[in-house]
Amino acid sequence: MGADQEHLEVTVWRGTAVGGRTETFEVPAHDSQTVLDVVSWIQQYADPTLSYRFACRVGMCGSCAMMVNGEPRWTCRTHVQKVARAGKVRIEPLRNLPVIKDLVADMDPFFEKWIEAEGVHHPTRTRADAIERIDPESAARVEANTGIECINCAVCYAACDTVAGNSDYLGPAALNRAWTLFNDAKDAGKQAVLDAVSGSGGCHNCHSMGSCTHYCPNELNPMAAIAGLKRETAKSFFRRRRDA
Amino acid sequence: MLDLRLYMAQRISAMVMIPLTVGHLAVIVYAIEGGLTTAEILGRTQGSVFWFLFYGSFVLAVSVHAAIGVRVIAHEWLRMKGAWLSALTWTVCLVLLVMGARAVIAVTWI
Repeated sequence: MGADQEHLEVTVWRGTAVGGRTETFEVPAHDSQTVLDVVSWIQQYADPTLSYRFACRVGMCGSCAMMVNGEPRWTCRTHVQKVARAGKVRIEPLRNLPVIKDLVADMDPFFEKWIEAEGVHHPTRTRADAIERIDPESAARVEANTGIECINCAVCYAACDTVAGNSDYLGPAALNRAWTLFNDAKDAGKQAVLDAVSGSGGCHNCHSMGSCTHYCPNELNPMAAIAGLKRETAKSFFRRRRDA
Repeated sequence: MLDLRLYMAQRISAMVMIPLTVGHLAVIVYAIEGGLTTAEILGRTQGSVFWFLFYGSFVLAVSVHAAIGVRVIAHEWLRMKGAWLSALTWTVCLVLLVMGARAVIAVTWI
């Protein structure tokens, strides 16, 4: 099977957690075609048993991330023309996560690490209190704003070589979330966040290789967020020693 | 694998090593440029509290810093965990400490 201008040669990983193999399909090429369009075409016209995950198709829900030619991508916003090499595309489930079936990765470890990193709200007030006024220009709010557009697609988690080598590492998304909460005036759990990211799988395992920031489809900077957490935990280390 | 305590130990030991490394290089250049003999070098270092503290703290910082670095590599590349990883960390630290201490004592002790 050869690739020509009218067709793409698409190799797709098929299998389960037990193991799998690749399967190649010839898919009609179109203008402005996304990788998700290609996967959908295979499922609709070539093999209805192909499993994959998507929802919004417009880059908001974070469901459709996959490995495309070895790199993590949000497939609904990735044009095939941008990633195809000589008309060939290889599509696999996200790296660093267990596989459920075909292109569907098990996201449980990813979201469990959000909780482990204290990526949960710690309220400063009850619902009976008035809403806290926030200064949008304050330095902490500006810093928090840089990380809040995360769509939980796990592209950064799949891109991270530290996660690949250290399965306990919380990963860029969970740590980015922890950093936004640390800078959020409406969050009362600042020390809880610092403690959560200071454990054996915490932010200090990051080697600052920057794949998270390079691949983040929303152009966030988790590497800077992790650096911020390292800085604040180091300050807290000395503060605690002084107060002890 | 690398918690805050180990991270701080590695960073602080690195900060200690920076001026000591510069000083060590300066000593090497000075000794070679000046054409000092072994006896002349030992004549200056033996019995010197300064050189004992200089190279003693250097050895201490290197032992801590390198042991934690090897720990990270062993975990990420060799999948070493738990008690084995701790044993490796302490072994590397102690071996470097003993070897370094022997050298420091040999050069600065009378």
